[in-house]
Amino acid sequence: MTFAASEGADNSNDGKSLRKKLLRAERRKKFEAIGLVTPLLIVMVVFYFVPIAMMLFRSIDNSQMAKILPQTSIAIQNWSGEGLPDEITYAAIVGDMKIAQADRDLAKVGRRLNFDLVGFHSLLSKSGRKIDEIKGPPYKENLIAFDKKWGNEQYWTVMERGLKNTTLLYLLAAIDLKYDENNKIVKVPEYEAIYVSIISRTVYISLSITILTLILGFPIAYFMANTTPRTRNLLMIILLLVFWTSLLVRTLSWILVLQNNGVVNNLLMFTGIITEPLDMVFNRFGVYVAMTHVLLPFMVLPLYSVMRSIPSDYVRAAQSLGAKSITAFIRVYLPQTLPGIGAGALMVFIQALGYYITPALVGGPRDQMVSYFVAFFVNERVNWSMASALGLTLLILTGSLYLIFGKRVNIANMKLG
Amino acid sequence: MSDKDFHVRFKNVQKSYDGKQLVVKDLNLDIEKGKFVTMLGPSGSGKTTCLMMLAGFESTTHGEIILNGRPINKIPPHKRGIGMVFQNYALFPHMSVGENLAFPLEVRKIAKPEIEDMVKKALDMVQMGDFIDRYPGQLSGGQKQRIALSRALVFNPELVLMDEPLGALDKQLREQMQYEIKHIHEQLGVSVVYVTHDQAEALTMSDQIAVFNDGVIQQLASPADLYERPENSFIAQFIGENNQLRGTIEKVNKNIANVKLENGENVSALMVDVKDKGEVTLLSIRPERIIINPKTTKNSQALEGKVLELIYLGDHIRCRMMVSGNDQFIVKIPNSSTHELLKVGEKISLGWDKKDCRALKP
Ligand SMILES: Nc1ncnc2c1ncn2[C@@H]1O[C@H](COP(=O)(O)OP(=O)(O)O)[C@@H](O)[C@H]1O
Ligand SMILES: [Mg+2]
Repeated sequence: MTFAASEGADNSNDGKSLRKKLLRAERRKKFEAIGLVTPLLIVMVVFYFVPIAMMLFRSIDNSQMAKILPQTSIAIQNWSGEGLPDEITYAAIVGDMKIAQADRDLAKVGRRLNFDLVGFHSLLSKSGRKIDEIKGPPYKENLIAFDKKWGNEQYWTVMERGLKNTTLLYLLAAIDLKYDENNKIVKVPEYEAIYVSIISRTVYISLSITILTLILGFPIAYFMANTTPRTRNLLMIILLLVFWTSLLVRTLSWILVLQNNGVVNNLLMFTGIITEPLDMVFNRFGVYVAMTHVLLPFMVLPLYSVMRSIPSDYVRAAQSLGAKSITAFIRVYLPQTLPGIGAGALMVFIQALGYYITPALVGGPRDQMVSYFVAFFVNERVNWSMASALGLTLLILTGSLYLIFGKRVNIANMKLG
Repeated sequence: MSDKDFHVRFKNVQKSYDGKQLVVKDLNLDIEKGKFVTMLGPSGSGKTTCLMMLAGFESTTHGEIILNGRPINKIPPHKRGIGMVFQNYALFPHMSVGENLAFPLEVRKIAKPEIEDMVKKALDMVQMGDFIDRYPGQLSGGQKQRIALSRALVFNPELVLMDEPLGALDKQLREQMQYEIKHIHEQLGVSVVYVTHDQAEALTMSDQIAVFNDGVIQQLASPADLYERPENSFIAQFIGENNQLRGTIEKVNKNIANVKLENGENVSALMVDVKDKGEVTLLSIRPERIIINPKTTKNSQALEGKVLELIYLGDHIRCRMMVSGNDQFIVKIPNSSTHELLKVGEKISLGWDKKDCRALKP
């Protein structure tokens, strides 16, 4: 056998068997590794992903309707959407309504369909009360005799859409959209449109907080990165102290500080700078102050970590090359802190987007953010679907921001401290 | 000579970081225009500190530094016009090679087309013209080194400081770069202050070497003087290899001392920093200056030595001997056919020119 031939022939064989050997050797290791992480994985899935997924699913889940009106939901599938449904469908709804009325479930359907078409609630409750009067066919005529709306195509369009297993209704509502009579997606009337403005308010407040924490946090981080180890440790403890006190306590303490007869107002009045107390809490100002305070460490820590890793040689090199201190700072130092700025800004911004307790306590009615309305729909309206739809909007917003900026600042490579 | 004749003068410079300990003690150093001066010293001897004071990033605690006849503390760092190559290169990681080189020109408000020309020229000088669009992260250590060098030179400074610029490179590349830097220096005629702890590097490259130890300059001399005429025992030990013999001065005749060694033998030596009869002295002799079985003449002398070990090194044979109680006495014997062969255990007679044997303070 020549050398060249042996090389050519055996290489592929050897390659394969080598791979097999490697796989066999690695398999055991792999099993062990998987065995080690499986419990953690299960915990993650059960306690983290499943609840979130279930919560989010509620924003499109509509299966309850079909459960209350089961026959109708099947019969209506044959309806073309043109003209009125057939006699079978009418018969089905009469049957369903009888049972639902007895179970007191009909009101749920009414409330839900009233979302789409005002008047559905009264139609159903009115018809439900007398439904037992219909003893036999023709169901169509009998029902229309109860109320002419039963002969209105528009109501059936809404009914058909309402009986599907999923619905976009809540998601659309969360961005001020709805279905019109012709099943088209349209904007809600001006006076009903609140969610887009709440979302944009949320983004605006979060953005302002991000900028404020950056302005305050940058010098702090710079100082920490360039001072003696003693001072640095002291500052670090002060900064981390924030994490040791509860968020609620920190927020409430701002009320004490900023309220009309609080420390700041008293001081300003005492020194004669103002004569009337300033409104500094239960408004936007209070929200900015408290949230900036609470979120500041999340800006400072990544910035500090990046700044510590920038050797002083860079700025010195820039100066030796003829740059003034300020030029050296702007053109050489600042660009190298960008990953820190990005990571800090992203962390602050994303957290601010979801903030609830702080704005709820120190803000006024016009300073509430999306999370407040999520809580509102859960606690006051018991409308989980709407709460979940708002939550999903927030999640989509956060997720897309992370995708856009997270990659750029390489957040995965950030280390804190 | 006055301040004007020197590019840089350190006058009685002292530096302390903590107010307790002097890192630089009473430094005096004059650097002539166009010279390649190396600060050589062990790690922690204050070399970087001196460069930083010269570049303006550290203040002097005492004394002054004169740059082109002007006290330097009146000039802010960015106006000193000193090119600097940092120990870790300090290339701006967010700028491409081209942008890095353009930086010193942009801050000097030089016109765009001119900048392009100058950058290209500076890159060509270090054979890195093709790398203009790369980022520092995409360069090898040697390439970064070249870029750092060309960036320090691109704005045509008259003085360039280099702080252990080749420290991170492997041996072969380091030697190649030594010659390149030397050639660039000759070509441009700039003054260079170079810092290293590698004496071979210092000897190869420099016009003058200032040997640092313990915050003071032990000797400022040309490489040849430093090697052949060390002025104290630190230099004698630090630069190259030296044999040392302890003894007491018995007689002084002009600048030649008669020294009695510990085993009672007498030798003559050139007095360097010793003065008086009775003083204890350390004689230092280079291994390659020792003659085996010398013909005794007026200028040389003979001592007895016992061969302990022979190491064959190709071009020469390294012979470890026992001489006057010192069993680390090294003799380098050129590998030539005219030299006799030695055997381990053999006793031979050694000699040297008495000028080659320097009597130093221990
Ligand atoms: N910024 C500084 N602060 C305090 N001490 C320093 C500083 N820089 C250097 N030193 C100390 O000064 C001494 C000399 O350091 P350096 O000039 O870097 O020496 P070399 O460059 O010769 O190795 C060392 O003991 C070092 O610990
Ligand atoms: Mg150093």
